[in-house]
Amino acid sequence: MSRIVMGIESSCDETGVGLVRLHDDGTVELLADEVASSVEQHARFGGVVPEVASRAHLEAMVPTANRAFAAAGLELSDVDAIAVTAGPGLAGALLVGVAAAKAYAASLDVPLYGVNHLAGHIAVDTLQHGPLPSPCLALLVSGGHTQLLRVDDVAGGITELGSTVDDAAGEAYDKVARVLGLPYPGGPPIDRAAREGDPAAIDFPRGMTGPRDPKFDFSFSGLKTAVARWVEAAERRGEEVPVADVAASFQEAVADVLTAKAVRAATELGIGTLVISGGVAANSRLSALAAQRCAEAGIELRVPRPRLCTDNGAMIAALGAHVLASGAKPSGLDISAHPALPVETVTV
Amino acid sequence: MLVLAIDTATPAVTTGVVALERAGTTVLGTRVTVDPRAHGELLTPHVLEATRDAGVTPRELAAVVCGSGPGPYTGLRAGMVTAAALAHALGIPAHPVCSLDGIAAEVDTGEPFLVITDARRREVYWAAYDASGTRTDGPHVAPPAELAARATGRPAAGHGAELYRDVLDARVVGPAYPGVAGLVAAAAPELLAGAEPAPLTPRYLRRPDAREPGRPKRVSTA
Ligand SMILES: [Zn+2]
Repeated sequence: MSRIVMGIESSCDETGVGLVRLHDDGTVELLADEVASSVEQHARFGGVVPEVASRAHLEAMVPTANRAFAAAGLELSDVDAIAVTAGPGLAGALLVGVAAAKAYAASLDVPLYGVNHLAGHIAVDTLQHGPLPSPCLALLVSGGHTQLLRVDDVAGGITELGSTVDDAAGEAYDKVARVLGLPYPGGPPIDRAAREGDPAAIDFPRGMTGPRDPKFDFSFSGLKTAVARWVEAAERRGEEVPVADVAASFQEAVADVLTAKAVRAATELGIGTLVISGGVAANSRLSALAAQRCAEAGIELRVPRPRLCTDNGAMIAALGAHVLASGAKPSGLDISAHPALPVETVTV
Repeated sequence: MLVLAIDTATPAVTTGVVALERAGTTVLGTRVTVDPRAHGELLTPHVLEATRDAGVTPRELAAVVCGSGPGPYTGLRAGMVTAAALAHALGIPAHPVCSLDGIAAEVDTGEPFLVITDARRREVYWAAYDASGTRTDGPHVAPPAELAARATGRPAAGHGAELYRDVLDARVVGPAYPGVAGLVAAAAPELLAGAEPAPLTPRYLRRPDAREPGRPKRVSTA
């Protein structure tokens, strides 16, 4: 008998409620994916303001849930289990989703699973491309995280191979966008500007790629500073900043490092599948370069469609379905939000 | 009618089941823990324990009443989103009430009084009530010193009156925190009338701290 899982996400600036159907054969089908974003309220601050995000989550939670049930043509009483992002993320923002999920679970009398947001970014790919092979490699890139992971089982077997030692990739996009006078969030406007520019115009540094550097860790802070320096020098000389060339060259440096390290990890570990997910996965240059390098190395590349890559409730519902299928014990109704939940901890 | 009351606007995590009739309220089961850092963890377990104590299931509840503050944000939101989701899942209305009114409804002084709670950052939330318990001013947020002139020698309920006893010099009366009977009593007229509940909007009384950035900082030293 198939089961319906409701997923709730509130770790950053998106309030997400997703509904999926877990079939008896273990496949997971997407039924609804509703998101309310507070991104526009943060734009003038140049980054997510936690209190603004938390207020928005409270306002959006029940209306977003209502939209999800309407879109799926389901009733609340159809739900068999609830999954919620327990971490990592902003403490006050997480708390809104966790408290809501507990109340839904208690009043519907169904099990609750507090799950890891990062594992959700991987699990979401099964909604589009079917079950994940074991093992596979996952590259998570967003405004909040940049991680390379070995995934033996998305419901409980995830190992971190490397992560950023300073800024997340998406954070570097936001900061470079500010330097170039482009709006927040920086990903889409830089991607757009880069299309008109020459990616080889400026040779920006590739962080953490020296022979002695950790193989699978990342660093984007030096790159961000190098871009700012280059732009300031051009301004000092009284030159007009070639925004398209700077954007294209910056984007090339990011995509180059991310894909080179991911492909190297897959090759060295003998892993045949790479999943790229998170908000930055929607970047056109990253996916193009990843496709090219994976093809050359004989690696299968899976990138969920952009809507699934950014934060949403469907990814949490999908992960919840895999956790439910694994027979894991439900979480207690007294769980806390875990702002710094490590990626290895899939359920709390 | 069976009403679930919730309040998380103060350090107390408060919930309980109250039977409301025209004649008044009867508390059937209640759970209160004073721990300002545990609202998110404890509230739903407390709701289930309180309903069990009352000998009912959540399905038998007819309405939720939720303190809408004013209160420190994170804890307040835990209660309000819990009330909203419970009401949504059970298909029942959720009525907000001013948390200070929930305290005032249990004050019995026979003269005008204040309700004062802790707003952190060396400030208090306060409201003024007449002898019959009707709110006449507030709720506001202010440093306790600004309230001292009105509070000195006056009866004042709420844990803020005790906390700033030195500055306020009020005559401290109970209760310190909103109680479930008081919360339901504060919402009784609209509950008994079957009125459409107001939106569950928190009373923050303060804007979020956030500053718009200036120009990017220069990174070159030259
Ligand atoms: Zn994310």
